[in-house]
Amino acid sequence: MTNEYIQQVLSDQFGASVWGFEESFGIFSFNMKPEINMQVLQFLYEDAGLAFQFLTDITAVHYPDRKDEELCVVYHIHNLVANKRIRIRASVPLAQPDIATATTLFSSANWMERETFDFFGVNFIGHPNLVRILNVDEMNYFPMRKEFPMEDPTRTDKDDEMFGR
Amino acid sequence: MGRPVQYNTNERQLTIPEGYSGEGFMATKMDQLVGLGRSHSLWPLPFATSCCGIEFMGTMGSNYDLGRFGAERMGFTPRQCDVLLVAGTISKKLAPVLRQVYLQMAEPRWVVAIGACASSGGIFDSYSVLQGIDQVIPVDVYVPGCPPRPEGIIEGILRVQDLVRAESTRRRNHPRYKELMESYGIE
Ligand code: SF4
Repeated sequence: MTNEYIQQVLSDQFGASVWGFEESFGIFSFNMKPEINMQVLQFLYEDAGLAFQFLTDITAVHYPDRKDEELCVVYHIHNLVANKRIRIRASVPLAQPDIATATTLFSSANWMERETFDFFGVNFIGHPNLVRILNVDEMNYFPMRKEFPMEDPTRTDKDDEMFGR
Repeated sequence: MGRPVQYNTNERQLTIPEGYSGEGFMATKMDQLVGLGRSHSLWPLPFATSCCGIEFMGTMGSNYDLGRFGAERMGFTPRQCDVLLVAGTISKKLAPVLRQVYLQMAEPRWVVAIGACASSGGIFDSYSVLQGIDQVIPVDVYVPGCPPRPEGIIEGILRVQDLVRAESTRRRNHPRYKELMESYGIE
């Protein structure tokens, strides 16, 4: 299975809703519109020639400079037979970070989406239990978003002189 | 030629409590006697979560042998133990667990914060890590270092022994002690 073949099949099926095909860091990747994320994943899963049936990871990246597509949700999927991995990106606006859940297709997406929600606040519509998974339940912000400082805000004993804060 | 094996010449003598002694008897205060006894039979509860915990294993092992100081027996239930040894990074999510362990310990109880993480959060100045266990439970002795050498941990235990020896058996009824506990919302 070559990259060109995957690109060809996807472009035939989805037209301009998928774009930006490239190979970076040894993994073939492309962008898709967030509205059709489940159609694309379903197609990649069911098409006999593609058969990407294993979900490796879901995560997100925050790009504060990209207007209206600040949060980029990333899917890594794997064809275990051909041992081929691909990466799919879907960008959603920070103001309304909604995207359909992948739990309807992959049960393993459950915890991955909870983690992505926990750290980035991506709202996976239709997720059965979208609550925090790693951070304390009382946390009221999404720590991996770039507008929040990494440091613990309650700490008072570290001053600028010694700790560069 | 010197002997290849070195031995420790700074022997520590058992501190005999103040009192009146004569031939075949000794009179002293009950507090001091109890303190002396307790200080040499501390039961530690190791709460080891990360790298400092590894160092603590070295401390318990035969090279350093914490058992020489009477703290031979690790208890893995808080109900039996006197000293809570917190060695390692405590995340915010673990903080209620640590507090629960402390609450289950019976009086008298002491706490040692081993390493920079337990004392202040250490290098993990981040949203997920508790910035020092003294935010949730009172701490008696802080051992600095990242990680502290086993000698340092032993020194910390010796400081706890000093506290135990000097402590009145009624300290826990003292108003200032109660005030401290209340400031942590305990009892
Ligand atoms: S103080 Fe250093 S060695 Fe100890 S747990 Fe923290 S990072 Fe690890």
